[in-house]
Amino acid sequence: MKSVAFRVFSLWLALMLAGGWVVSNSRFSADITFFLPTEPTPKQQVLLSQFNDGVVSRLLMLSIAGGSVEQRAEVSSALRENLVDDPAFVSIQNGQFGDLTNEIERLLQYRYVLSPTINANRFTEEGLRSAIEEMVNVSSSPMGYLIKPYFSRDPTGEVLELVEGLNPVAQPQTAFGTWISQDGDRSLLLLQTSALGSDTDGQERAIQRVNTAFDEVVQDLKLKNLTLTLSGPGQFAVQARESIKSETARLFLISFFGIAILLLWIYRSPRLLALGLLPMISGAMAGVVMVSWVDGTVFGITLGFGTALMGEAVDYAIYYFVQSGQQGLAQWRERFWPTVRLGVLTSVLGFGALLFSGFPGLSQLGLYAVTGVVTAAGVTRFVLPVLAGENLQVPPPGLWVNRLQKLLDLAHRLRLAAVVLSLLACAFVWHQRDRLGSVNLGALSSVTIEQAQIDARMRADLAAPDARYLISIQSETQESALQLSEWVGTQLDPMVASGILGGYDSPARFLPSQQLQAQRLAALPEESLLRDRLSLALRGSGLSLMALEPFVSDVQSAHAAGYLERGALSGSPLGLAVDAMLMPAQHGGWNVVMPLRPAPGIQDGQLPLEQLKKALEGSGAELVDLKSEFDYLYIGYMGEAVHLTLLGLLAIGLLLAVVMRSVVRFGRVLLTLFMTLVVLVALLQIQGQSLHLLHLVGLMLTVAVGSNYALFFDRAAQGKGLDAHTLLSLSVATLTTMIGFGVMAFSDVPVLKAIGITVGPGVLLALLFAAVMVYPRAEVKV
Amino acid sequence: MKRLMLMIFVCLGCAGGAQAQNTIDQLMADLASNPGGRAKFFEKRYLTIMEKPIQLSGEMVYLPPHRLEKHTHLPTAETLILDKERISVVRGSRAFSISLSSRPEAQAFVDSIRSTLSGDRASLERNYGLSLQGERAQWSLVLVPTQVAIGRLIQRINVSGREGQVQRIEYWQADGDRTEILIEPMSKP
Repeated sequence: MKSVAFRVFSLWLALMLAGGWVVSNSRFSADITFFLPTEPTPKQQVLLSQFNDGVVSRLLMLSIAGGSVEQRAEVSSALRENLVDDPAFVSIQNGQFGDLTNEIERLLQYRYVLSPTINANRFTEEGLRSAIEEMVNVSSSPMGYLIKPYFSRDPTGEVLELVEGLNPVAQPQTAFGTWISQDGDRSLLLLQTSALGSDTDGQERAIQRVNTAFDEVVQDLKLKNLTLTLSGPGQFAVQARESIKSETARLFLISFFGIAILLLWIYRSPRLLALGLLPMISGAMAGVVMVSWVDGTVFGITLGFGTALMGEAVDYAIYYFVQSGQQGLAQWRERFWPTVRLGVLTSVLGFGALLFSGFPGLSQLGLYAVTGVVTAAGVTRFVLPVLAGENLQVPPPGLWVNRLQKLLDLAHRLRLAAVVLSLLACAFVWHQRDRLGSVNLGALSSVTIEQAQIDARMRADLAAPDARYLISIQSETQESALQLSEWVGTQLDPMVASGILGGYDSPARFLPSQQLQAQRLAALPEESLLRDRLSLALRGSGLSLMALEPFVSDVQSAHAAGYLERGALSGSPLGLAVDAMLMPAQHGGWNVVMPLRPAPGIQDGQLPLEQLKKALEGSGAELVDLKSEFDYLYIGYMGEAVHLTLLGLLAIGLLLAVVMRSVVRFGRVLLTLFMTLVVLVALLQIQGQSLHLLHLVGLMLTVAVGSNYALFFDRAAQGKGLDAHTLLSLSVATLTTMIGFGVMAFSDVPVLKAIGITVGPGVLLALLFAAVMVYPRAEVKV
Repeated sequence: MKRLMLMIFVCLGCAGGAQAQNTIDQLMADLASNPGGRAKFFEKRYLTIMEKPIQLSGEMVYLPPHRLEKHTHLPTAETLILDKERISVVRGSRAFSISLSSRPEAQAFVDSIRSTLSGDRASLERNYGLSLQGERAQWSLVLVPTQVAIGRLIQRINVSGREGQVQRIEYWQADGDRTEILIEPMSKP
């Protein structure tokens, strides 16, 4: 026996070590992808790519508060100095030097294929005359000093044209040369990280770099009382991961110690406690390993959910120790194992329904829980007996169990009250039905209201895009995608000119289609023709042809240089801008996203949506509202969750029906579960919880877990009785499950909180209702 | 007395000051008391690249201490409005507005005229060394940039006036170009 135990233990240990190795090599991911669909529609694909590598997902907004205006400005520029050469950042903007001044050389080089003013008219005598006259005026004015050095190369002012087209009209307010908030109390910076928005590690490094730089700067300048606040998608992702990490550890410790103390009190033996935790640890480990294998990435939330699983998985060991301690192993296997097995099956059905969810986070929770529960039950059944041996010394149930049993005998008296309570709850839920399912996916995000407010304020101050509206284009080739972008631009320009649209970004602005580039190059005259026209245009202007020789040669070399290719922009801010808006589609072809900006001062950032849709009709370009896409996504999930919940319930119901083979028994258990749910929903509503899909999932889990208790009581009702040991094990199992799920109710992570706040009280209700409704009257009992 | 706009009246009746003695502080104090107003301007830009100067003319409006409007009528209509930290230019169909302090050199450039008009010595001395010459009846203030970044653009600025009126502003740019603005007060309507 000893050697068998040793062998089993060794095997178990080896498996655990192997599991540990898999876990340590697993990729753990943050919050946001938890919600994103695994098989997206084309529109959702836009949504996904925006989250993964869209420009907007790489914005970090910095706000410096405290100190005086001068001090904040000083820190702002020192911070910029500190970060500006770091390859972790594509750009650091705080209002000092327009970001594109560094790009002037590149703009100059490609101006004749980039500038929208290049057409045949631009190089006629008249066109040259007016363009040069304009440029002379602008470059000789006090504000023209930036472009003046380029006058002789670019007397028609194409670079000016480009720079003006690239800079957004609205810029933040400034003080002492740096951006400040509208109320003037904070200095602001806008950073774009090189790391993708979905690269949480990269985002975290960038954020750490910013914080370190800030500390250095403040120390160097010997300033005090200045604080730095960051916001933006990357910051949210990092924060979410941090909070899930710390939450997971915290929740785990709380429920671990809660359960351990409870078990120690019952078992009064550290050895039994250790053995009792074995199935649970095995289950948790197996769950992570399985998820890591199947999904590749383990969501932080899944680990947090492990806490709840602990409360469930530990039950099997409790049943085994407490019940078999009295009757011996063989007896237990024969009498109780079928009931436990049925309980495991209902749990597996409940969690298993989640496997079919298109909501990746949810299906992962399902996979994790199913694996965990099955493993825990298997370890209890096959490993635990070998390791524990025959001599289980669980102390006899205390006095409180006897009292509990007496109470239980009286429980049936409450049946009428329970029915009335359920009816009241029914009425209440019906009355409040409008409040059901009125929330969006945002309710599941870990971003707090306060964080969201800070973010919105910084965005407003910085005029940063929130990219709610996009125009999405799918096309066969890069060239056709760019041509379509240009066509969309011609549709949008009049709206921008009339002020109903604030503006738009287009990849074609930085990388025109070859068709358009060819048109522009064709508009450039031959050298001799250009000289002829130029000398006519310059008559009486005070400018000599000699002075503009660099211009003549630039026009010729532009001709010779030919098209601007995508590769020529790589590594520059322009290249990144193109990459963010023009990308190869997953299954061939190209995608373009063109972010739209609302006109300044328009309330709620509304856009002329009808007009936009009409303008784009039939073109293949589509207007996408990311917010409503998110809402659709949520509605899809919600509908799916309803289906899965019903499916799960149906499967559990079917299983119970098959096992019980009695309409009366089955009906009673079903009624009990229904009453549990109704009262639970009413309780949640009284607490002011707006119910969303995870509460729904929580309800199903309540049934999956809570039906176990009804089964035990039902067993008793079949004349098999319910002795003190069984009652003890049942009570302790309920308590551990309550601890496991209940602790999650105090989580700050909305997904965990919703499940915890539902299932925690839910299992207690399930036990109470089962006691009242299923447990037989004393006289029926043998 | 006619109040002349954009032009600055330097009241020389400083308490205790010798009548003939003109100091920067006196000049500034009187510039600061300027109520603002309207003036004509004639501008000549001498560019090395051009054989003859570009000539512009129009009206200026000064609302102390922050707002300065320059309406160019000839040769091309252009409106430049400087209000606190923002400079906006409307020129034909083209309009743009930039935050001035996003470009410290431009800020210094603009401050040279605005701070002179508003008599803000502290602001001037942040970027320039000042020297005053002449009598109250005909003074001349020379501003020489003290910071390298500004020195790369402007060699010096001459502002001159008579009895408190700014009559002439002259920018000597570092690249050899020069701009000269003559200001002629208009009588109060």
